[in-house]
Amino acid sequence: MTTTTARDVAGSVLDPELPVLSIDDLGILRDVTEDDQGRVHVQITPTYSGCPAMETIRTDLVEALTTAGYQHVSVEFVLSPAWTTDWISDEGRRKLEEYGVAPPAPAGADGPVALTLSVRCPHCGSVDTRESSRFGSTACKALWVCQSCREPFDHFKTL
Amino acid sequence: MTDRDGYALAVADDALISAQRMGWWISRAPQLEEDVALANIGLDQLGQARALLASVGDEDELAYLRDERAFRNVHLVERDQSDFGVAMVRLLLFSAWQSELYAALRASSDPTLAGVAGKAVKEVAYHLDHASRWVVRLGDGTGESHRRVQDALEQEWPFLDELFDGSWLDSALVDQGVAVDPAGLRDGVLARVLPVLEEATLTVPEVSPARGGGRQGLHTEQMGYLLAEMQHLARSHPGATW
Repeated sequence: MTTTTARDVAGSVLDPELPVLSIDDLGILRDVTEDDQGRVHVQITPTYSGCPAMETIRTDLVEALTTAGYQHVSVEFVLSPAWTTDWISDEGRRKLEEYGVAPPAPAGADGPVALTLSVRCPHCGSVDTRESSRFGSTACKALWVCQSCREPFDHFKTL
Repeated sequence: MTDRDGYALAVADDALISAQRMGWWISRAPQLEEDVALANIGLDQLGQARALLASVGDEDELAYLRDERAFRNVHLVERDQSDFGVAMVRLLLFSAWQSELYAALRASSDPTLAGVAGKAVKEVAYHLDHASRWVVRLGDGTGESHRRVQDALEQEWPFLDELFDGSWLDSALVDQGVAVDPAGLRDGVLARVLPVLEEATLTVPEVSPARGGGRQGLHTEQMGYLLAEMQHLARSHPGATW
């Protein structure tokens, strides 16, 4: 029962770069365990090897769990199995689009990186969009432009 | 240092030093989008390096306090790359090699090497794609861009061979499934690079391999300047934070 609670608290921590998504939505929360001494151990996995948000997420996890009454919290980064955008929940995809970020296409299992042929504009819904830069404001996003409403937008890269 | 750690350092140092060279481009690339792209590519490489360094020792000490002779990266990544054509040709060669290396290392018996490789192989696919597009665009572009990127290829090609040299590596590590035999990656790398060069209307240079020695800690003159910039702050102000 208590493990569920610790997991709920951990899962509700927000991603600092996409503050509408919880780390549970993003699929980077691996495991939360609590031992009989009340010590909580959290495992998270990075989206990209160099993702600079990981340290912030670690701090936020410790703070959230400490505030919720867990005195001994440890956070571990695990690399394997590698995160994929397929682990973003349906709820997470919906929130991304509402936030103005086009969600990633399905990656599929271990295949080559799929080239995205068309991305729907999160502002006006048009599919008349083009890639402006394969690399965007953060490691996980590419920059796109809508040809219909002329607005630029981020696209969460399929990984 | 164990042989395993020596191998992890070699893979880490290639990524770390390449990341440092990528960082040079921030604010200097031909387009704003390219500043962002090269910064992101460098960040991925830095992340790969950090996870590997942390499996060997203290990552900050290893990055900031090691002397030149203790770095094991190849010469390909350490030399000056203040010409954009050189930067893109080098990224093409390096990311093609990293693609093959990481794809094979996913099956490593060492959990850290396998874990880093499993993540990195997907990131590097984007780097290779980015470099390929630029090399095609420049090679099959104007007379001037073709000439310059062909010159870049002539300059970088001799440094490709060092990536396939396994003479520094204890073969037991390969037998145990920890490391990947560097020589075995050559065909796969060429299969990725040659079609790009052909599409870019570039000619594969007929040049002798450079002498190498990076894996043994013997570096080019430019490595000293790179380390001076990379390590200066940490060495002059130990423990500095911001």
